Amino acid sequence: MTKKIFAPLFISVFCVISCISQENPPEVETPDQSKFTTEIIVDGLEIPWGMDFISENEILVTEKKGILYRVTNGNKVEVSGLPEIYQRGQGGLLDVALHPDFKNNKLIYFTAAVHLEGDPGGNTALYCAELNGNSISNLKLFYKGKPNTKKGQHWGSRIVFDDMGHLFFAIGDRGNRDVNPQDLTRDGGKIYRLNLDGSIPDDNPFIDQEGALKAIYSYGHRNPQGITIHPKTGEVWENEHGPKGGDEINIVQKGKNYGWPLITYGINYSGTSITDKRSMPGMEQPLYYWVPSIAPSGMAFSSSNIYKKWKGNLFVGSLKFKYLERLVLKRGKVVKREKILDEIGRVRNVKQGPDGYLYLGVEGKGILKVIQK
Amino acid sequence: MKILIGIVGLFILIQGTWIYQNKPLEQSITDGEEIYLDFCIQCHLDNGEGVSGVFPPLAKSDYLINNIEMSIRGLKYGLSGPIVVNGEQYNGIMQNQGLDDVEIADVMNYILNNWGNEFNKVITAEQVYKIEK
Repeated sequence: MTKKIFAPLFISVFCVISCISQENPPEVETPDQSKFTTEIIVDGLEIPWGMDFISENEILVTEKKGILYRVTNGNKVEVSGLPEIYQRGQGGLLDVALHPDFKNNKLIYFTAAVHLEGDPGGNTALYCAELNGNSISNLKLFYKGKPNTKKGQHWGSRIVFDDMGHLFFAIGDRGNRDVNPQDLTRDGGKIYRLNLDGSIPDDNPFIDQEGALKAIYSYGHRNPQGITIHPKTGEVWENEHGPKGGDEINIVQKGKNYGWPLITYGINYSGTSITDKRSMPGMEQPLYYWVPSIAPSGMAFSSSNIYKKWKGNLFVGSLKFKYLERLVLKRGKVVKREKILDEIGRVRNVKQGPDGYLYLGVEGKGILKVIQK
Repeated sequence: MKILIGIVGLFILIQGTWIYQNKPLEQSITDGEEIYLDFCIQCHLDNGEGVSGVFPPLAKSDYLINNIEMSIRGLKYGLSGPIVVNGEQYNGIMQNQGLDDVEIADVMNYILNNWGNEFNKVITAEQVYKIEK
């Protein structure tokens, strides 16, 4: 009698426990943390959202609250000439990137939350400008997401370049998930591709589709927070914030639909379901999804010989758990995850510098160089 | 000249109180929930529980109840540096979220009347307006 009662009870308790602790493999490992250290390159920053390197000793850094710094040997000077930045929720001054031929043309790109036209609220914009010394001029608006909204969420962003004269940037779903990401006539929940002069490439995927926004390269994204180019294949790799348990890594391909919000591995913050569908025909699966969510931000491959055994690995910041994640890939799969610099702080951005070292933007700290001991 | 200053001063004073029509607490809480779900939930989570050591809790938070004005100031201008909440140390950064005075009052009312929190007064937009950096 008692056996009959206890067996199902035991099984159900076991199920509940295993469901709660369910983690999408591979489980993150915590190696001996004394093997890693950092050196502060720039200090006194609150939210260093974006950065790019002018040289080994000179960095451009954005503060989300609307300041662009030119940092020379650790000494930061504010760059003047920025447009008015709209501060709302997760929006502000976002990424910055040097034109691939910056040495000759002095051009930079940056993304920011702005309020331009009549409607209240704002949306993400991409600007190009000329940087001379500590000021920018010839400011050009290359793209502005529409419409404005007072929602504070999901401005997306990051700016990267392929080696064929294209620029990629992202706008998140702007807190309107049921309307924006799956609609090609609307901004939000998209990755965009432009030529370096701001024009739209002739071979963009939706160039001939009536009503579609011609700059769109891929869609069905929630909130891209890290984009990088694979050093060998040239592919565009992206990470994005999903809902609870739905953070993803995707390889972004031309014209593809990444499924948000029709398919996701995540659930609402409240624990309620968004959809029970994890896949649908015509929609891409992520290369990896994090359960639990780590709130990924920034992303870079280590392609130098600076670090022992790290070449070809992917590095992603965790805002939520305050560490740098190292991901080892084999045949298109994540086979190992490791916590590097556990408890370092909220890692907002990860970049490989011209010297081959990895650099982190850490909230409340600044820009940190990653050193292996 | 003095009269002019007086008139301007009076105008500012009247405007401060007059542009905000106080809404009923229930409406303010409802509006505040919408703000909470958009701006706050990512860090302070669904039940205001926060993340131990990273994001301070809002549910039954001694810091919140004992520092109402400081909390409003934090929402209005940002809050950073070490604070102790329910015996635990926090040293993070909450940036100004770009909310207006009405939105701040609403989200405060939502937080102060949820998850076991009880506060016997209504936070008004006028009160938020008057809090300086």
